[in-house]
Amino acid sequence: MNGFRIIAAGPAARRTALALAAACAAWTAVPSPAAAESASEKTAVSENPAGTSSGKMVTLRVCSWEEYIDLGGWEADETIDLPSGDIIGKNSMVEDFEDWYYQTYGQRVRVEYSTFGTNEDLYNMLSLGDTYDLICPSEYMFMRLMDEGALQPLSDGFFDEDNPDNFYIRGVSPYLRQIFETQERGGESWSKYAAGYMWGITGIVYNPAVMTKEQASTWTVLADPAFRRQITIKDNVRDSYFAAVGAVNSALLTSPDFVNDPDYHEKLEDVMNDTSPEMVQKVQDWLQGVKDNAYSFETDSGKADMITGKVVANYQWSGDAVYTMDQADEDGYQLNFAVPEESTNIYFDGWVMLKRGIAEDPAKQQAAEAFINFLSRPDNAIRNMYYIGYTSVIAGGPDDSRIFDYLDWNYGADEDETDTVDYNLDYFFEGDGKSDGTYVITAPAEAAERQLYAQYPDTETIRRASIMRCFTPEESRRTNRMWINVRCYNLKNITPGGRIFAAVLAAGIVLLVVRKIRRKRNAASIRPPRKG
Amino acid sequence: MKFTRKSLGIPYALWLVLFVVLPLAVLFYYAFTDGTGVFTFANLTGFFTDPNALGTLFYSFAIAVATTAVCLLLAYPTAYILASGRLKERQGIILIFVLPMWINFSLRITALKEVLNLIEGNLARYPFLNSVVGMTYDFLPFMILPIYTTIARLDPAYIEAANDLGANARQAFRKVTLPLSMPGIMSGVSMVFLPAMTNYVVLDMLYNSTYIMGSLIGSYFSAYNWNGGSMIALILLAVICLFTLLTGDEEDRPAARGGALL
Repeated sequence: MNGFRIIAAGPAARRTALALAAACAAWTAVPSPAAAESASEKTAVSENPAGTSSGKMVTLRVCSWEEYIDLGGWEADETIDLPSGDIIGKNSMVEDFEDWYYQTYGQRVRVEYSTFGTNEDLYNMLSLGDTYDLICPSEYMFMRLMDEGALQPLSDGFFDEDNPDNFYIRGVSPYLRQIFETQERGGESWSKYAAGYMWGITGIVYNPAVMTKEQASTWTVLADPAFRRQITIKDNVRDSYFAAVGAVNSALLTSPDFVNDPDYHEKLEDVMNDTSPEMVQKVQDWLQGVKDNAYSFETDSGKADMITGKVVANYQWSGDAVYTMDQADEDGYQLNFAVPEESTNIYFDGWVMLKRGIAEDPAKQQAAEAFINFLSRPDNAIRNMYYIGYTSVIAGGPDDSRIFDYLDWNYGADEDETDTVDYNLDYFFEGDGKSDGTYVITAPAEAAERQLYAQYPDTETIRRASIMRCFTPEESRRTNRMWINVRCYNLKNITPGGRIFAAVLAAGIVLLVVRKIRRKRNAASIRPPRKG
Repeated sequence: MKFTRKSLGIPYALWLVLFVVLPLAVLFYYAFTDGTGVFTFANLTGFFTDPNALGTLFYSFAIAVATTAVCLLLAYPTAYILASGRLKERQGIILIFVLPMWINFSLRITALKEVLNLIEGNLARYPFLNSVVGMTYDFLPFMILPIYTTIARLDPAYIEAANDLGANARQAFRKVTLPLSMPGIMSGVSMVFLPAMTNYVVLDMLYNSTYIMGSLIGSYFSAYNWNGGSMIALILLAVICLFTLLTGDEEDRPAARGGALL
């Protein structure tokens, strides 16, 4: 536990520094170090043209989230010493891939790695004509791209479990694989186009000194007047919508009848994805209350405000929750993570290939799929997880225990620890419904309410996880309108002070206009007659 | 080609076409078309029938007017004292006012956030006040400098003449100095008022969750409604033009020559 947090400071600090640098530079055009590195390598390679028989070099254009891949350069003391060997990120993942690809396929590949800030930015970039081969949007965005027919299906070879280089299909968590295979869009399963990368759930980071676990374990806490102006929530329509639906349906979602229904999961997903006009209206009313009760809607400041103690709770994605708790640990006080009883939003970022980029070039598609497989190799998945703090979809498969070893290395209790719990993760490593005790971590008791819980929620919590589907254009219009209604100043609720201000403002404008006209007239009357 | 003085203007003309005229044309195109590229006035009528958009316009006005008023109240006396020349090391003092502009904007606001947090205890209780303070902090130099320049260039002979003609100090200020410094005031006002209507980063950073014009435009774009967003941007442009038109004539007056610019 302790070991983890000290070591985790390295990448986390790097991440903050980079985020700050990016914020200062203001625009997204800042090339990531990875891009810069691969660019410099590009020149190195082209000076020395690939002398291989396979001929031309493949260029793979990858676009992913900022700070979402290991950039290498770890210190020696950051080494992850698993029983099966040490793992350390010396070079950037992209460089390692280029080398690995050459060794495995005898062909040079050059990766042009660029980044985006939000799914919406990515979508706007694509509609403005940017072309990439491989991108990593969240599930709702690749669902949208599926709708638009923009995606290239993964090849059959990608799913061949007998190929030792197919690390993705051999190692992906059975639980997540099943989700990708059963979730459908327009009659096609996600897995036809998308390979998972990272996943997580949403929940609430809270300060246990001020708030109890029970209080934090419901979406209604966001509107709780007992914590007026002390809780931050996410500044985007989807996350706010999900929390609001959970809160307004709280009684239903936590009732024993509902929870014990044989079709619980289908029903849960239907409730959480209800975007009927009535529900949107309820959500709007609830969120308007939240706006007056919450500390703020935040995009990125929530983590810092939680760590500095400005707020006592923060609606957060699990990956960022882990980061927040790590930072607080360093500052010497404790934050916990709770998942609301109503439901939690399970989300994925997945690799998808764009038709326009791949352009039916088999060499390119092979490189793109190899890139996914390379990132899915357990040691690389661990490097990325360790570096960015999110949870990889990779479990490693039955023959490779490195992911589980890493979890144990990270979270397992010391031998002299007395207050421990057995934390069962069979569902993740063996599949939904399994609980035979093969994958159990003996962890310090508090880990089950903290980082371990956020990164790998337990079986009971994962049962109430719901996908949030992609809004149709009609639903988007409705929810966006709702969101603007919540966020805009409503003239109907104008205060007496506001009325006075409006009157003064109107008078001022009239005065300016009158003065202008008068001045014009005066100027006209005193202007000397023109000569000639 | 012969090199003439006109050739010197070519780089800027190119810049103008590429980064001002062209984007404006695109803005107009989106503002007056619907999603499929068909010409429409729907975005325009939509804005003026939408209580949210009007409410946002109102709220932006409120923030901008309050910011401008506070800036003016702080800046005018400061500029006046500075320009009256009784202080030694005038340049040094001016430097103090300009110095914050050399520090990165987001760092400045972050620092301000901590200070306000210390004073208020919980920042989220006074979102409007915080926004005005933040904007004032950010834009104050833009108000001080033009006013200072205008007053500093005033010929002291005007005041002496007023005194000779029997005006006391207060009358001389009211009838001579103040009217003659109007161009500086107007220049300062337009440099503060206009950005204050759209600078939503300050609001975001200081936890004001209510939209102003800038954030409203942003929300339209992240909802892929480029047409509606462009129209709001265009309306904002029109508001600004109107504002400049109404206040602009001050700068044409002879005494203002050179004083209006920073």
